[in-house]
This record gives sequence, C-alpha cells and structure tokens, in this order.
Amino acid sequence: MKPVYILNDNIITSLGFTTAENASSLDSGIIGIRTINDQEFYPGQIQLSLVDTVQLDLKFSAVLKVYQKNIPADSFTRLEKLFILSIHDVIKDHIVIAKNARTLLVISTTKGNINLLENRFKAIFSHKRLYLWELGRIIRQFFGFVNTPVIISNACISGVVAVMTATRFLQSGAFDHAVVTGGDIASEFVISGFQSFQALSTKPCKPFDLNRTGLSLGEGCGTMLLSTISGTAEVSPVRIAGAATTNDANHISGPSRTGEELSHAIKTVMKQAMVEPGQISYISAHGTATSFNDEMESKAVELSGLAHVPLNSFKGYWGHTLGAAGLVESVAAVFSLRNNTLYRSAGFEIPGVSAPVNVITTNHPASLTSCIKTASGFGGCNAAIIYQKD
Amino acid sequence: MNRIITAYSVLHDNKVIVNGRLLFYQENITKFADFVKAVFKQEQFSYPKFYKMDSISKLGFLAAELVLKEKTIAGYSPLEVGMVMSNSSSSLDTDITHNETINNRSAFFPSPSVFVYTLPNIIIGEVCIRHRIKGENAFLISETFDGNLLCDYVDELFNNERVAACLCGWVEVLGDRNTAMVVLVENSEQSQVSERSGLKPMLFNAENLNFIMKRN
Amino acid sequence: MDELILKLKKEVIEQLNLEETTPEDINPDSPLFGEGLGLDSIDALELIVLLEKNYGIKIEDPKDGKKIFFSIRSMAEYITEHKK
Repeated sequence: MKPVYILNDNIITSLGFTTAENASSLDSGIIGIRTINDQEFYPGQIQLSLVDTVQLDLKFSAVLKVYQKNIPADSFTRLEKLFILSIHDVIKDHIVIAKNARTLLVISTTKGNINLLENRFKAIFSHKRLYLWELGRIIRQFFGFVNTPVIISNACISGVVAVMTATRFLQSGAFDHAVVTGGDIASEFVISGFQSFQALSTKPCKPFDLNRTGLSLGEGCGTMLLSTISGTAEVSPVRIAGAATTNDANHISGPSRTGEELSHAIKTVMKQAMVEPGQISYISAHGTATSFNDEMESKAVELSGLAHVPLNSFKGYWGHTLGAAGLVESVAAVFSLRNNTLYRSAGFEIPGVSAPVNVITTNHPASLTSCIKTASGFGGCNAAIIYQKD
Repeated sequence: MNRIITAYSVLHDNKVIVNGRLLFYQENITKFADFVKAVFKQEQFSYPKFYKMDSISKLGFLAAELVLKEKTIAGYSPLEVGMVMSNSSSSLDTDITHNETINNRSAFFPSPSVFVYTLPNIIIGEVCIRHRIKGENAFLISETFDGNLLCDYVDELFNNERVAACLCGWVEVLGDRNTAMVVLVENSEQSQVSERSGLKPMLFNAENLNFIMKRN
Repeated sequence: MDELILKLKKEVIEQLNLEETTPEDINPDSPLFGEGLGLDSIDALELIVLLEKNYGIKIEDPKDGKKIFFSIRSMAEYITEHKK
C-alpha cells in the first residue's frame, strides 16, 4: 500500500490564520474562547471562540485579487471565505495541484452554510446555498478542481473521516494528491441546540478536569495537502499510518458507557500502523469537556493500553469546531509531532475522569515519533487516526 | 473476491420494493408521515423509538429493517458490519424544523429531541443501535445519487478487511418528497442470496446500484 | 390537581412522541424514567423545555430534574408550587 504524506497544512481559528500563527498562540498559552453577549448568536451570554471578522474579510479580499476574481467579497458566505482562505494557504505554492485530474478534494462540515436559514441572510443568498454539495461546487469552482469533491457530514468525527477517506483513495491508487478541508462556523442554530442539551459551559471549557461543566463552541477551518509522493523539501515527513471508525450502537447522543468501541478504533489503527502501545508518543484527544465524553474517552484510552501516553485536548484553546475539529486538531497534532513539542491541555487542573490518563500540564519539548488523534460524535460514531514520522 | 448484493429495499412515492417485489403501495397517501407509519404498521414492526425519530431516520430505519428482515446479519460480529449512507440535502428537513423553534425571540424554545437529528448520520446511529452494528460508518453528500462514489467507498472497506458485510445506500427526505434505498453487501462465498425471495445474485457495483435506484 | 395531571399526561405523550401510549397507560405515581415508558436522557431535557414552554417555569440546574420529573404527580406538584 502506498504511504500517504502530509505535504502542507493550515489552521484558521480565533488564534490565527495559519498553522504557524496558531502554534505561536499555543506557545504563549493564549486562549481564544471569549464571553460573547451578542443577540446574533444567542439571547444571553455565551462562551465562544470566533475567527476575527475584520481580518477574515481583509485576507479574503486579498485572495480574490490573487485569483483575479471579479466577484464581490460579500457574495461569499462566512464559511466559504474560511474554506477558500484555508485551502489557498495550503496550495498557494502548489497551485497546479488543484487543476490536476489526479487530485481529489474532500470537504468535511457538519452544518455548512446553516446560518443562511436566518432571516437576515434570506434576501442575500439563495436557498440552494444551504446544500452541502453547492458549498462544494463553489469551492471547487473557485480553485478549478477537476474532480467533484467528496463531501463528508458525519457529526463531530467528520474531519477525521475526511482525512481517512482521502487517505484510502490515495492508497488505492485512484488519486495521487488530495486537498482535505474541514470547516464550520458558530451560528445561532448550533448554539441554541447545544444550549438545549445543557451541554455548554459558562466558562471556557475544561477538558478532563474535575470541574468541567460542558463544552465551548468554536469556529474554524483546517486543511491538509496529502500526497503519495513525499515532499523533497520536508525536514521530517509525516504520514498517515492508519485510520478507522466504529459505532457505539448505544445511544444517539450519549456516548458508550465502556469506551470499548472507540478503543476498538484505536487498536485497529495501531495494528494497521504495526505499532505497539509503547510506541505511541502522544494522543490528541477529542476532549469536549462534557462529563460523559471525557469519561468515555479516558476509558477507551486505558482499554487500549495507552493510559501512560501524554494526552491533550485542543478544545480548551479554540473550543469545539465541530466538522472542522478533526482537521484543525490533526494539523495541530502533526505540528506537535514535527516540532517535538507537547502542548498543555488548556483548562485542565485537577484530574476528573475515572481512568488514569496522562493529561499534559505544561508545554514542553519531547521526542515524538507517532500520534493518535481521536474523535467521537452524535450518532454514536468514533474515529481514530495515526500520524507517524518516517 | 466478488461482492454481491444479498438484499435490497427501495422506498419511494408511497411504494416499497424489497428484492424486486412490491411490498407496499397506496396511491392515496399524500403525507410522508402517513406513508412511513402505514409501512411500519403493515410490517408489524414493534419499536416504540421509531415514533421519536425524525423523517429521514424513519425512512432509513424502515429501509434497513426491511433488508435485514430478508437477510440476517446475525452471523457476523458487530464490528465486522459497516454502514455507509448518502443523500443530497443532509438533514435540511429537520434543520428547518429546528430553525422554526429559534427564529422568534419571543417563542425561543429549541428542542433537544429535534436538534439531535440535525445531523444526517443519526440515521446510521439508529440502525446501529437497533441491529448492534459497530463497524465502519460514514455519511456522504452528493447532489444526486452517486453509485460510483458509494461503491468505491464500500469497496475500500472490504479491500482493507474492515467489514465482512455492509449496509449502504441513499436516504433523502425533504417535506413530503422522499427516497430511500438500502442494500446489504456481502462477500459472495460467505453469503447465500436471500433465502426467502430468491433474489438473483447481483454483483455489487455502481451499475447495479443505479439499476436498483432507477428501476424501482 | 387531577385536571393538571391529565393535562400533563397528554402533554408528555405529545412532546415525547409516545405514539403507542395513552393517558390511561400512565400511572401518575410511577417513575417516568427507568422501566415503564422507556424514557432516556433526551426525554429528560425535553421535559425541561416542556415546563418552560407550557408553564413558563425555568429549571436552572438540570440536576433538580431528577426530583421534579420523578413522576407525573411530582411534576404537577412542582408546577402548582412554581407557576407564576
């Protein structure tokens, strides 16, 4: 089977518009979750991690010029701007890749342009824009991708499933390169829903902590350029060594009581990558900071023989970015791997899960060779993926 | 190894077809809710949770239920069975319902039992719970039914030995318009074609998926 | 109280889509959760919405739900006490 390498990547969150900008915020311990009091989002105070709108619009207008598009910037939705900016940052030095017939575009999102259901957007954008394939068509057309994009919408594991899907189609030889992107925006739609689930924390979320009271929502976009051909200029090539999904078959919103199903996904990817638990250097967990998710995840990690492995959740920095999370957090995990740095799990102070997991409490250098990223979501879905240095 | 379709169902326009035979048809039903309820009753399914599901889950649930009534997956371990579904409008039908509960500030009552269904993959979760399916699962979106994509995706699961059996198909509901198709895919040597109806062996490929979708 | 209990039964059946249940099936003193009606965590959250929507009563701490939603009667008593 052909190895699949990550040639380039991008993250856009409240903490920056590139992977480097986000990493520099992580280095400084900056948290992007803020108290927001805006009727646009919710009739009441809420914790959110938001991308800077002024910066977003400035950068997007500049990208329109690069591609010589004579289209007004405001004919694109907030989410479309995020996707286009993120993809542009990843392929700007490999621009021909988009127009290569052997390049696949994979898009992950949970809710797409869902804010267009709001009355204030109804007069501006057509109803068609709510369809995820229309979102895909707009992104494809912007860059001139040859192939129809594959679109994944699988709750909070969407981003990991997107990377997995691209990897499988590259390994099978169907394509040589893939641009994999995941994005979601903060919206009244999603905020009100999670609030009705009483799932939102009134303070920035605290994954794996004893005093965690729920998640913080965020928005963002993450993109990877994958290829079966290793980039020659790379210092430390990272490849995708395995990926799997499972289902709890337990409840549509509550996670498994035992963590067995997530653990099965983790064991499957370790087997696929031909590594033992002792060879895993780091776990980038889903860590939403809801009581049940973190509990389940800690059990799954222990069941997989990985209780000793340093673990963090990035959600304490930029919240839960939903369909973007798998991509955004994978890119951050790969950055950690390449730079031999472990980042503290923001919000964590006192161990608060029943299984003994090794949550990272300070930023520090460490010799890293492989990383497992996990994700779980509504519908009982779980995913695990393993990133490895050559 | 050849993979074959060992059972299938199609639900569309008040009509239900299972393995090529007409199982249900009532011309005069105008509402989606009445259609799925009538099928549920006719087949004497007993599953109170059915009534709590949103439209897309109800339709997909029935489609899967009818397939697995034809051909059991009881011989497989839960982790060997996968489920891959697709559609065009994601969960838009239920998204609109959720939106109605929040678009008026003086009657702002978002409902958790509606919101939970504003993700298309919940239908996969419902079928997994019902039949203890724990293997690979994914939900794909395409403008119209894409037999090639679905086939390529599921083939990779078999090629990588992630599944020994897989439910896959299409489930689309928007208002009263609806179409569902679910097929059960198995390795040919381990499977016997539907005991009850004697479905002729059909290779699992895009052509046959398109055929099932269009002919019915 | 009996009137409120009957009204609540109907509302619970409607809100939770208990299609095959009639008001007569529900004993006002039997536990709503666990055995019986087969309610789950989403139903519990849905009952919180019901109280707010139909009776203007807001439950700030979901942990209080356990006592309030023990049975139809406990719900009725809570409503009688807290209704504005």
